[in-house]
This record gives sequence, structure tokens and C-alpha cells, in this order.
Amino acid sequence: MNPDQSALEVRGLTKRFDRLAVDALDLTVRVGEFYALLGPNGAGKTTTLRMVAGLLPPDAGSVSVLGIDALTDPIAAKQVTAWVSDEPMIYDKLTPLEYLEFVAGLWGIAPSVAEPAARDLLASLGLEPNLHERCEGFSKGMRQKVALAGALVHSPRLIILDEPLTGLDALSARHVKGLLGERVRAGCTVIMTTHILEVAERMADRIGVIAAGRLVAEGTLAELRQRSGNNDTSLEDMFIALVDAEAAVA
Amino acid sequence: MTSTALTWFARHEIRLAWREWLAMMTAGRRGRKRAAIVGLLIFAALMHLPAYAVIGRYADLQAPLDKSALIVITATIFLAWALMLSQAIESVTRVFYARADLDLIMSSPVRLTNIFSVRLAAIALTVTAMALLFATPFVDVLVLGGGIRWLAAYGVVIAIGLTAAAVAIAVTIMLFRMIGPSRTRLVAQIVAAIIGAGFVIALQVAAILSYGTLSRFAVLTSDAAAAFAPDADSIIWWPARASLGDGEALLLLLAFGLLLLGAVMAIFSGRFADTAARASANAAPARHGARARAFRSGSRQQALRWKEFALLRRDPWLVSQSLMQLLYLVPPALMLWRSYSDSSVAIVLITPVVVMAAGQLAGGLGWLTISGEDAPDLVVTAPLPASRVIRAKIEVVLIAIGVLFAPLIMALVLASPLQAAVTAIGVTVAASSATAIQLWFRVQARRSQFRRRQTSSRLATFAEAFSSIGWAATAALALTLPLAALVSGLMTAAILAAAWKISPRRE
Repeated sequence: MNPDQSALEVRGLTKRFDRLAVDALDLTVRVGEFYALLGPNGAGKTTTLRMVAGLLPPDAGSVSVLGIDALTDPIAAKQVTAWVSDEPMIYDKLTPLEYLEFVAGLWGIAPSVAEPAARDLLASLGLEPNLHERCEGFSKGMRQKVALAGALVHSPRLIILDEPLTGLDALSARHVKGLLGERVRAGCTVIMTTHILEVAERMADRIGVIAAGRLVAEGTLAELRQRSGNNDTSLEDMFIALVDAEAAVA
Repeated sequence: MTSTALTWFARHEIRLAWREWLAMMTAGRRGRKRAAIVGLLIFAALMHLPAYAVIGRYADLQAPLDKSALIVITATIFLAWALMLSQAIESVTRVFYARADLDLIMSSPVRLTNIFSVRLAAIALTVTAMALLFATPFVDVLVLGGGIRWLAAYGVVIAIGLTAAAVAIAVTIMLFRMIGPSRTRLVAQIVAAIIGAGFVIALQVAAILSYGTLSRFAVLTSDAAAAFAPDADSIIWWPARASLGDGEALLLLLAFGLLLLGAVMAIFSGRFADTAARASANAAPARHGARARAFRSGSRQQALRWKEFALLRRDPWLVSQSLMQLLYLVPPALMLWRSYSDSSVAIVLITPVVVMAAGQLAGGLGWLTISGEDAPDLVVTAPLPASRVIRAKIEVVLIAIGVLFAPLIMALVLASPLQAAVTAIGVTVAASSATAIQLWFRVQARRSQFRRRQTSSRLATFAEAFSSIGWAATAALALTLPLAALVSGLMTAAILAAAWKISPRRE
């Protein structure tokens, strides 16, 4: 792991729908870092991450994934990236194992590598009894776990997750957090949006706060506390203060 | 629940039905409401022309009718009833499985029997209203040509709408009881599809077997049918007599419809709550996929193709939707089989039917594979160009069409090699055209929205229909009037070019 290398480098990223959703955003995430992106509803978090994942073309700016220009060479960037949205989109008529087989096929992973990895992932997420059941009867939490396993089966080096813990019970959430922690320890980079500030507080190496499409604060928890001038304050208090201040400026 | 509350709930149901219908007509876009209503009125006005062509000559019919006329009118009314029944079964199934408000209703402090009685009545009202809408051009033509006595036909439509709704409710709830909620959805949808097409196809099959023609009227107007039919005073002819203005028959028919619906509501509304609860609890049962086997090796496109085929194969709802189109292939296939032994020119009729079916089926499959993607984020973030994804999806459509139609064309080779070649070209061109239209007008949607795929683009729907009809006509003309086929082919190609020109810009 080279802490100086960027896993993600975003410069001047801009997207406008009816209004400006992302406003010339600059963001750098280092390799092997767990980065939490926080912000109120409609702040531009998901739009930013969708542009990074190649789901949405930006109006302006650049996106570099592990040194690969994601706008000029999207295929190479996608090969090392995984995306998990807050709404688990999987195929109802496939079983979890078949879904992972399909994902591995799309990323060109050899079956001899993909199959044991798929079985391990599904087992670690508690889905072993459901390996051969079609996903159509699964709860939202189970579907989210299948989607997450799909994102991890091709061993991505950059994992982008948009609210991955939505709909998961406490035990499943712990499984997911453990799995993500393992990946980060193995040198993988994780960027995650979440409204559960306790998760960001406990897991993230660095936290970015986005409001009105701009990064209004960034740093480790200690750095953010220092900036707020109160070393005992909680992330929740800091977050609310930052968002309120930004709303007052707007 | 008071009568005021019941009235309020009835209004709520009607409002929901109206908005669902409006959303279907406007593809969910609010600004299109006026355009949809104007378009519908224009469409209804235009429908009077084909209605006149089909039914205008019968406006002068007077009672008493001979048996052949009674049989034809009764069979037509029965066909309308079968189509209404098909629609009603779908409506009832949709209420069980797809209405998001069941939890709210069932947890509310009201008598469920009353509230579900209103819901059943709303289904009957919706089915009848839709039937009246479609029947209007035909009845108008009869009234204009034959006098106001034909207004009684509206009463017949209402009566058969009520009985169709009653039978649909009874059939669906009984299916729940007999085979359980997990199988009912599939079986009900397949039953609806078969009922919708089955009557016409059965008549065609009978006509082919007896008279060697695809015309169902050959059976209905035959001496054998007249000899087999009951006497003129039988209750079987009430609907036909009522249509001609027999007030007594009409009143009896309406009374029967209302009584039947009332009885079904009284018997089944109490069970409806229980059935709905079981359906929602079992809406998606645990179903096992293929046996455990090793992961396949292959290219990324192969992975995409495998996924598409697996999803198509495992979607019983899609099977039931496609079944309707494939059922229409049964009569021409039967005719082909009968034509081996003679040189009947009627065999030429097979080609346009097959080409038309291929175009329509390819349109449906094209929508499912190209637009109906349940995991769009996954496919977009996969490391392969969008063009390769699209190519794999198109390949799936064309392979499926090839597999389905190849046996029929191979059989045709034995009867007439030239016709087989023309049919094969027609199937290929019609399927490719329908797929291309789906590609040009593609939208991102869930596969479960298949039933409403036409609402996303009316232009695509019309272009697809005209393209299939055009290529079917071209293929038929190629076998009979080659020069006319050239004109027809050029016109169809022009339709395609226009569709491409007005399609949304694609990267």
C-alpha cells in the first residue's frame, strides 16, 4: 500500500440537472483508505459517486481511478472498480450463486478463481443456505448482501458504496462492515456514503462532508474536531453545525 | 363501516383506477393528460371506419334471425366475453399481488368484507367500462345504420362485463384455494392469455380441420353448426336477441349479470381478505434455480447471453404473455400439416401469419432484453463497451426467434421451398426491424413493466406494429404479386426510416 498514491482523484467535477447538483468538486482518496462521504439529502453525494462509477457523464471535470483517466478509458477504470447502490439491483430469477457467476463473467474472472471466491463471500454474508434459491423471495437486506457479494467477487481495488447498510439488520450490518474492513486491510480502497454517522465515526480513515454539491469539510475525525474547536464534540454535532453553516451561507 | 365510508372508498377505488389508466395512456407524464384524451377521442372516431367495414353490413338485421346469424352473433358476443374475462382475471390477480395498499387496508379498523366488496365491484366496473369503450364504435355503426334499437347492445356489453368480472373473481379465488398463492399468479396469467386467444384459435383449428381454411366463419355458418345448435327459443340466444333490441332478453341478461356478481361478492368478499393476506405473504416463494454446477467459462458476451436466456426461460409471466402470440402460430402450423397432401393455395396464408408473429414476438423480446434490465447499474459499470452489451442482447432476440421459427420454416421447405425461403427472409427482416425499433426507442425499465411497455413510446408501438404488418404483407405479396411486394417493401422500409429519424438521439 502506498499511502501517497491516489485511488481516486476528482478535479472540478460538475453536474447540473434542473439545478447545480455537483459544483466543481475536488476530491482525493488515497489507496487503502476508508473514506466516508457525508451530507444531507440532495447534497450531491450519490451524483458524485455515480459519475465516478461511470454511470453518469459529468458536465465538466476529470475523474482518475488509480491513475486511469475514467473519462477517456472507462473500461480500464471499470475493471478495477465496484459499485453498490442503496437500492439493490439484482436479477430476481437468478440464484445468488448464478448472479455472482454472471458478474464474474462480465469482469472476465476465471471460473476457477471466481467460484470459490463467490462461495466464500456468500457464506461470510450468511447466505450459504440460500445459494440455490432464486432471489425473487429475498428480503431487501438479503438482496443488498447479494449485490455486495457481486461487487466484491471480482476483487476490485476501488469499492464505491452508496448507503450500503440500508435495510440490513444489526448482524448483517456487522458482517458487511467486517468484510469491508478486511478489504481495506488488504489494500483496497472504500468510498462510502452513509447517513449512519456512527459507522463513519468508527470505520472511516477520513470523512468528507458535502453540501450543495461542494466539499465543505474533510479530514480525519480528530482533524474535524480540531477544526470545530471542540475536541469532545460528536461527529453528529459537527455534521449538523457544518450543514447549518452551509445552509446559512446559501 | 358506514355507507358514507363505503361511498368514500368506492370513490377512492375509481380514482385509483382512473389514474392507473391515465398513467398507462400518458406513460406517467402529467403534461400529456389533455393530449392523451384528445388522442383517444380521435382514435375512437377513427375506429368507426374499421368498425363500419367489419360490422356495417349487419346493421339491417331484423328478428327473427336464422340459426346461422344467431350463431355468428352469439359467437362474437362470446368472443368479447372471453376477452373481458381474460382482462378481468388479470385485474383480479393484479389486485392480489401488486396493490401496495393491502397492508394499509388490512390494518385499518374497518370490516374487510365490506371494503373488499367495494374493491370487487370496482373491478367489475373497470372491466365493463373498458368493454364499453371498445364496443362504442361498433355499436355506433349499428345504431347509425340500423336504428336506435341497437342501443340495446350497450346493455349487452354491460351484462357480459358483469358476468365476466364475476367469473374472473370466482376462478381466481378458487385457484388460490386449489393450487395455492405461489402457483396461482402463473396459472391465472396463462389462463387469461389462453382465454383471450383460445376461442378464435379453436374456431380456426376447427375450420382448418373441416374446411381447409383459416376463416372461422366457415365453421360458424356451416350446416353442421346449424344442425348442432339449439332451437331459436333457447336461452343460448338471449345475448343475440338482446343485442337486436329484445327488451325482455336484455333485462333478463342484466338481472342475471347483477345477480351473479352479487352472489360472487357475497360468497367471496369475506375470503378475499384471507386470500390477499396469503398472496402478499407468498408473493415470491423460495424457488430453486438450476442444480449446483461449476461456473461456466466463456467470454463476457457469453455471460450476457446466458443471463438473458436464463431470465427469459425462468419468467413464467413472460411465457404467458408470449404464449398469446405463439398460440396464433398453431392454426397456420396445422394448416401446413394438412397441406402436405394437396396443393391448396391456402398454404400461402401461412407466410404473412408467421412473419407477423415473428415481428411481434421479436418486439416483445427486444424490449425485455434491451430496455427491461433489472440491474442497469451492474451492466453499465461492467468493464465492456456499451456496444458489446447491446450486441449480445440483440443476438439473444435473434437466436430466440430463430429457434422458435426454424422448425416451422424447415417443415415449409418440404411443402414449398420458394415459400420457405420467402418466409425465412420475412421472419428475419420483421424480427430485425422490430428489434431495431426497440433499440432506437429504448428506455431503462424493470422487466416487470413489460405489460406497460407500449406506454413509454406510442411511436415505437405503432412503428413496431406497422413494420410487422408491412413485412407480413410484403412476404405474402412476394409469393403472389412480386411487383406489389416491391411497393409494399419500400413503404415498410420508409416506415422504418421515419421511425429511426424521429427516435430519440442515441450515443
